[in-house]
Amino acid sequence: MRPVGGTSEASMKLSPNTLQRIETAMGHYPRKQSAVMTLLHLIQEERGFLSNEAIEWVADKLEIQPIKVLELVTFYPHYRRKKLGKTRVRLCRTLPCALMGAYRVGDQLETALNCKMGRSKDDGTLTLEYAECLAACAGGPVALVDEDLYENLNRPGMLQTLVDTVRDRAGEGASTL
Amino acid sequence: MTAERKILLRHADEPYYSPGISSYLAYGGYEGLKKALKRKPEDLRQEVLRSGLRGRGGAGFSCGLKWSLVERKSGKPIYLICNCDESEPGTFKDRQLAHKDPHQVIEGMMIAAYANDVVQAFIYIREEMPLGAKILQRAIEEARAMGFVGGDICHSGYSCDIVVHRGAGAYICGEETGLIESMEGKRPYPRIKPPYFPAVLGLYQCPTIVNNVETLCNIAHIVRMGGEAYAEIGRHGNTGTRIWCVSGKVRNPGYFELETLTMRELLYDLCGGPLPGRKLVGIIPGGASMKILKVDDNFRNRDGRAITFDDIIIDFDGIQAAGSMSGSAGMIVLDDSVNIVEALANIIAFFAHETCGQCTPCREGSYWARKILARMCSGGAREEDVALLYDLAGNIGGRTVCPMGYSITWPVQSYIGKFRDQFEANAKSNTCGVESFAERLIEK
Repeated sequence: MRPVGGTSEASMKLSPNTLQRIETAMGHYPRKQSAVMTLLHLIQEERGFLSNEAIEWVADKLEIQPIKVLELVTFYPHYRRKKLGKTRVRLCRTLPCALMGAYRVGDQLETALNCKMGRSKDDGTLTLEYAECLAACAGGPVALVDEDLYENLNRPGMLQTLVDTVRDRAGEGASTL
Repeated sequence: MTAERKILLRHADEPYYSPGISSYLAYGGYEGLKKALKRKPEDLRQEVLRSGLRGRGGAGFSCGLKWSLVERKSGKPIYLICNCDESEPGTFKDRQLAHKDPHQVIEGMMIAAYANDVVQAFIYIREEMPLGAKILQRAIEEARAMGFVGGDICHSGYSCDIVVHRGAGAYICGEETGLIESMEGKRPYPRIKPPYFPAVLGLYQCPTIVNNVETLCNIAHIVRMGGEAYAEIGRHGNTGTRIWCVSGKVRNPGYFELETLTMRELLYDLCGGPLPGRKLVGIIPGGASMKILKVDDNFRNRDGRAITFDDIIIDFDGIQAAGSMSGSAGMIVLDDSVNIVEALANIIAFFAHETCGQCTPCREGSYWARKILARMCSGGAREEDVALLYDLAGNIGGRTVCPMGYSITWPVQSYIGKFRDQFEANAKSNTCGVESFAERLIEK
């Protein structure tokens, strides 16, 4: 990575909407460095991942060293350096969900979606992964499909609903498990 | 008849009740705030102290006392952070409050803010609740438009705004000093206490109050009904209701707002008892980091009298007297189909994933505990493994900056202590139970 000051605003070419939200976010905090997580969220939402360029741009914007941004990107599991699939399925594997059969559901999802756990499909349509506790334990097993929570995936039909949603989002037709 | 006592969740699950401000106002919403703004902040702090409210996040520390420790003479700005980083496995109460009745959270926050001369408030919400963040954001905008948040609140001359801050998937941000570091834009490495008590040296080294969502929701009701009346609810030292989350092997898992109930009343009357043909074996009472309680053990109540599992009273003191902690009130139920070793392996894999890595005992210890447990469940166990695991766990808790070290020590030592036969059998025969999932814990 280059030192601070190496990236101009123009080179990131963020959308006016994202830029506007970034300016707003920076004004929310008594110290603008506190906005770093929000900036990373906003850029990742637009770009799908955080490139070196993005990290330098954020560092520049907040007047901190790029390493102070990079160390957050490598620490927080939500930030990523590579693009994920268009749809992201996160299946909870922590105890309450595991007790209700989360790992079995995981196997079924791998087969139904033709995607290995912890991987993305080559065509970029889907990422399937295990997650730690999603705080919806009474409905276990639960999964997040992008921003939507699916519960009771061990009940008949629930898993099929999830699979159909994922296939719809991926642009494939619905089919049976 | 066994029933819930609904105060915080009184309206949340009613049909046609929405997270919008009109639903909240229809039931007297923000009356507590209006009432509070007519009083002196000092009075309100006394009111909360009189209510006996204990923090609902995990430690159960007196909320009034926490507020009384805030450094007010330094002249530095005071901040309030609502901790909605609910991530303790088994806990999902803050999710209900934030998603279904966000204005209750906001009213509680604004009263807490006014009572403590707070200049700026924040809600730290975990990344895995994107919808919750949107609901809270919208609720803040609604409240601001009606003058309950922002400048000159209800024409009182007091101003305070709320900012929603989204986390990025790290459990340790639920620890208050880790949360503060995260809000400052750093890795959420917890700070050492002393000297970094948030009430004195918190966000930006300024006095900061970090309260759980449920704690703050209670504030609105304390002001409405008065501290003394609130203190009448529940047992002495355990005032108010508490939302208990039950998950795992019962017929009707869910969340229940309780006053003073026994284990039998909660697990059998409200949750419908064990699954058909099964028998309850143990429960983890307050989130995955707490010590396990074995159903056929003998227990004591808080007066020292011998009782059975069924008669344990579910509140701070009752669970503590029984030998564990009520923690975040996330109760995970295990029955005779569960392999205890695998259950522990699952929990420890969680903590090994979530350790922040700042302190060596926790970073290395959680990794080694996961490794030993994984081989116990999948065929490579050694005879000395049970003793090794027990010993290793004993060297983590109390040797780290934050209390997360105990999240490895307590489960490991209590599970082995109470189910030693299962651990020894697993270490010898390498057999797994009904739900075999531990082999997935080994890194490939």
